[in-house]
Amino acid sequence: MKEYSHNSELESLTSELEINIDNFSKNELLEMISKMILIRNSEYKIAEGRKYGLVGGPVHLGIGQEAIPVGISKYLTCKDQIFGGHRSHAHIISLGVDLKSFFAEILAKSSGISKGMGGSMHLFAESVGFYGSVPIVGGTVPLATGSALANKLKREKNVSIAYLGDGAIEEGIVHESLNFARINNCPIIFIVENNLFSSHLNIKLRQPKELTYRFAKSNDIESKLIDGNNLPSICKASEEFIKRCRNGEGPFFIEAVTYRWLGHVDWREDIDVGIRRSQKDLIFWKKRDPILRLKKSLIKKFNLSMDEFKLLEKEIQKKIDKAWNDALKDESPEWSKTKKYVFKNN
Amino acid sequence: MNKFTYSSAILDGYNFLLTNYSEVFVIGQGLWSPWYVGNTMKDLDKKFGKKRIIDTPVSEGAVTGAAIGASLNGMKPIVVHPRMDFMLYAIDPIVNQAAKWSYMFGGQSSPSITIRGIINRGGEQGAQHSQALHSWFAHIPGLKVVMPSTVSDARDLLIASVLSGQPVIYIDDRWLYDQEDDLLPANKINLNSITPRILEKGDSITLVGCGYTTFLLRKITQKLKSHKINPEIIDMRIINPFNKELITNSVKKTGRLFVLDGGWGPCGISSEIITSVVENVPPKIFKSKPSRMTLPFTPAPTSKVLEAEYYPSKEKVFGFIKSIFDNNL
Repeated sequence: MKEYSHNSELESLTSELEINIDNFSKNELLEMISKMILIRNSEYKIAEGRKYGLVGGPVHLGIGQEAIPVGISKYLTCKDQIFGGHRSHAHIISLGVDLKSFFAEILAKSSGISKGMGGSMHLFAESVGFYGSVPIVGGTVPLATGSALANKLKREKNVSIAYLGDGAIEEGIVHESLNFARINNCPIIFIVENNLFSSHLNIKLRQPKELTYRFAKSNDIESKLIDGNNLPSICKASEEFIKRCRNGEGPFFIEAVTYRWLGHVDWREDIDVGIRRSQKDLIFWKKRDPILRLKKSLIKKFNLSMDEFKLLEKEIQKKIDKAWNDALKDESPEWSKTKKYVFKNN
Repeated sequence: MNKFTYSSAILDGYNFLLTNYSEVFVIGQGLWSPWYVGNTMKDLDKKFGKKRIIDTPVSEGAVTGAAIGASLNGMKPIVVHPRMDFMLYAIDPIVNQAAKWSYMFGGQSSPSITIRGIINRGGEQGAQHSQALHSWFAHIPGLKVVMPSTVSDARDLLIASVLSGQPVIYIDDRWLYDQEDDLLPANKINLNSITPRILEKGDSITLVGCGYTTFLLRKITQKLKSHKINPEIIDMRIINPFNKELITNSVKKTGRLFVLDGGWGPCGISSEIITSVVENVPPKIFKSKPSRMTLPFTPAPTSKVLEAEYYPSKEKVFGFIKSIFDNNL
């Protein structure tokens, strides 16, 4: 098979260079990088739990993709409605979900955010605006669209977010949703986290082009193509589109190009099972680490030291370990209580 | 009391819901045209505006999914699929999303959505324009499936479905639209309070139907009686969740069971009804084998001549029931 190379549009979009942090303040950037570290290290915790059998069922980790939800969530409120997919840990953590209850769900405990009925693939926390994630690819995209329609019918200035990937964009119902959202001017932002892979297959083997924003154009939806590993550029796109949605515009479409360091599912890198997923690519993308790039920029711009970051990371790790250990102590759901979950309002 | 037809009763249900509940809206193909849904939605768009009566692109999947999403955000939408066959494009939103939503999240969230699928068979419309797929949906935990057969149920089951706060498949049948009845003004109804109903009391045989088939059974009541067969006719009304008590008790009294279903036999609601009776009625009580009549196990033909063979008729059903007694089957 021919050596794989990215096209020039994608090459010029990604970079291993430091990030232009623009007018963002030190405090807000520190807050956001802390969130990114919290997400990454929480996912490593889950990876370890999966490896050693504490976590059952498939877990889809998004290590390497942390910047996108952090940049999006910065401008959302708990009245907005966010819908995710199979790889949604980062989405829900970035919204500020209670970490212990989140871990309890990953561990299938009754104290979890989905009462221990969902696990990693079915997350729910309406209190922070997270309306649900499910593992049917593209399954929540029409739901998010309808939620946006409801915002419009109720004349509320809330926004709906549909997170999807480059695999989901190949589902017919996503295209129906883009058209439906546009013809009804729904206040929704479709966010494609394009990590260049479906479960195993590189996008070049699935689509004639590596970038998906052409589908926004074909549905007459305004779009932005951004480097998904550059936090400030995500923030700028997110702030503008969310504000315009609240002012009665929409839909919008953001394509954020990124890469997941681990395989489709569980804790391995999956170089062996991914088609056109090579060690070389992994090295290429790890140089474009959204956390490392931001960290370097922060150190330079605000005269911070690596030691300060180490301290910060230590504090975050402490928080993760405590939440995880607390969650481990909780109980599994009781079978006798679960039948009533089939219908909520019976 | 006012005079209604089955179809104007549905319209009355919409009017009641749209007038009293601002969170109700209706969405689907053909809602701004009389062409698709007959007079069941006549002038609703003029009365309540095109924001609440939404005609849509040809996208059953996204439209159904969007209605589910809107319901998660506080609305009570009704999705209309003027032909059930096209509703199959929306199987993922219905079966994977709406039906599972409450369970997956531990009962914290529920799609409050009514999906109206219209059975529109006959008229030489063929295999893809005439299916009755109610049994499919009744197989799924987390979906309620209602099938109004009478004029009052056409309206009242719609109201109960929309107000239930749950995902409900409401299935009406074009072959029922011209029935007439007098109804009291519409009112709030609790879906959980609705059980199968005995439409005719009798002691010779229990006859069970749902939707159009209940109607056919009622049409032959007098003829059966004139042949000294006093049927007890039970209308299912709701096929999921399946309520077996009334049917079981009736068979204990009559000792005979005949099920008429407008869908196919294998793995269908007729199988479920017979199974539940066999499981719950002692064998010695049966005076004849439980039996059923369903569609032949082929897609619907197109030709009028073949359609006459394919669909049940009063004559065929009467003949079948009478043979149970004649031959003491």
